[in-house]
Amino acid sequence: MGALRAWQELEPGGTVVRADAERVLTGGWRTGLKPEADLGRCVDCLLCWLYCPDSAIVLDGTAFAGFDLDVCKGCELCAEMCPTGAIEMVAE
Amino acid sequence: MSAALELLTGGEAVAHAMRQVDPDVVPVYPITPQTPIIQGFAKFVADGKAHGELVDVESEHSAMSAAIGSALAGARTMTATSSQGLALMAEVVYIAAAMRAPIVMALGNRALSGPINIHCDHSDSMLIRDSGVVQLFVENAQEAYDMTLLAPRLAERPEVLLPVLVCQDGFTITHSAEPVELLPEESVRRFVGDYAVPHAVLDLATPATQGPFAMPDYYFELRRAQVAALEAALPALDDVAFELTRLTGRPLAAVERYRVEGARTVVVAMGSTAGTVKEGVDAMRDAGEPVGLLRVVSFRPFPRAAVAEALADAKAVVVLDRADSPGGAPPLFAEVASVLYGGRADLRGHVYGLGGRELHPEDLPEIVSGEAPAYVGLRSEPCLA
Repeated sequence: MGALRAWQELEPGGTVVRADAERVLTGGWRTGLKPEADLGRCVDCLLCWLYCPDSAIVLDGTAFAGFDLDVCKGCELCAEMCPTGAIEMVAE
Repeated sequence: MSAALELLTGGEAVAHAMRQVDPDVVPVYPITPQTPIIQGFAKFVADGKAHGELVDVESEHSAMSAAIGSALAGARTMTATSSQGLALMAEVVYIAAAMRAPIVMALGNRALSGPINIHCDHSDSMLIRDSGVVQLFVENAQEAYDMTLLAPRLAERPEVLLPVLVCQDGFTITHSAEPVELLPEESVRRFVGDYAVPHAVLDLATPATQGPFAMPDYYFELRRAQVAALEAALPALDDVAFELTRLTGRPLAAVERYRVEGARTVVVAMGSTAGTVKEGVDAMRDAGEPVGLLRVVSFRPFPRAAVAEALADAKAVVVLDRADSPGGAPPLFAEVASVLYGGRADLRGHVYGLGGRELHPEDLPEIVSGEAPAYVGLRSEPCLA
């Protein structure tokens, strides 16, 4: 996130002009469960990517490539939506 | 470049100023006594003499919400309201200031309900006193016109970027016809110039998030930045007023000193009442009484230094408030008292004119002498007239 800024350094109205959302790491919000994928069962339908409320699904082109646990909050939506049962929630 | 002189009410004069400024967007909802402003402007739009988008919104809350959106999208935006309209809008006025949206709003000052009333006092302005917007009180139709030309320039200054309200007394100014000098169209165009805000929402080259959530780690900082912006409006007002005065020949400033030099007693007032007090001052001066008037034009930001300077030699200062603060000190009185704190002047205050009750030049001698009651013109108080 970087150092907190003084009021003189802020844009008028607090307008956010730097794309720094990617640097805000929120994975620490998880409460004990993380997603784990069985790539053998994954069919790259990308429903997990579509339903993830954050940007925790990592793609390689149009293929599923894994999870970004720095932003995954363990909401389980990906596991719930996966049509082939390839995603399972496991203890951290 | 001879200027035209027309017989116009304050409301009509502001409609002409809006036509000449030619804002891109005007979201507005009608309310007495603001109606002639927006009725006049709507006619200019219908007749093809103004070219902006007039948005007939469903409420004042929506008017200010739409105004924020368009101002931050990169469109010069104006609106207008009065009294209950401003009350309904109040929530969004705070947000407009916080989002630093340079919206210009004409306000026809009118008493807040209840009881319901349509006439002038300043209670509507005082309701949003602490919202962070600039509030400029004019004395007559001419000044309402001039100030409406000035307002966009002030609002859009990069160090300001705040809503600017041009406050004119309901009916006394909005509906009273006076000779008003309009500037030539070209001078206004050149004076007002092009509209620009730092991160226009519709500028896809520089994407930005407007109005982000601010938690305890940034809310305080953003409020502090807003205070600085409002304070910056004071020198900015001087600059812009200087430029406009070169075109009009009419002085505009944060305060007006009227026969303050050598005055033993200085009366402090805002709005059209200043005209009334000037007549009273002239009569008293003719009778040998050293009396003057300090007219506060910029109530927010409050010009503390200019007020202190103007009152420095007064033995007595009498503040006339057209709004009350039940259970506390009336707003203009409180400002002046804080400026004079520690000084030796005898300070008094009166509330007058609530809900459109008139004050007359003949009331001035008892106000100056101290014989007038705290609530001037109220029945069953020791009476003036």
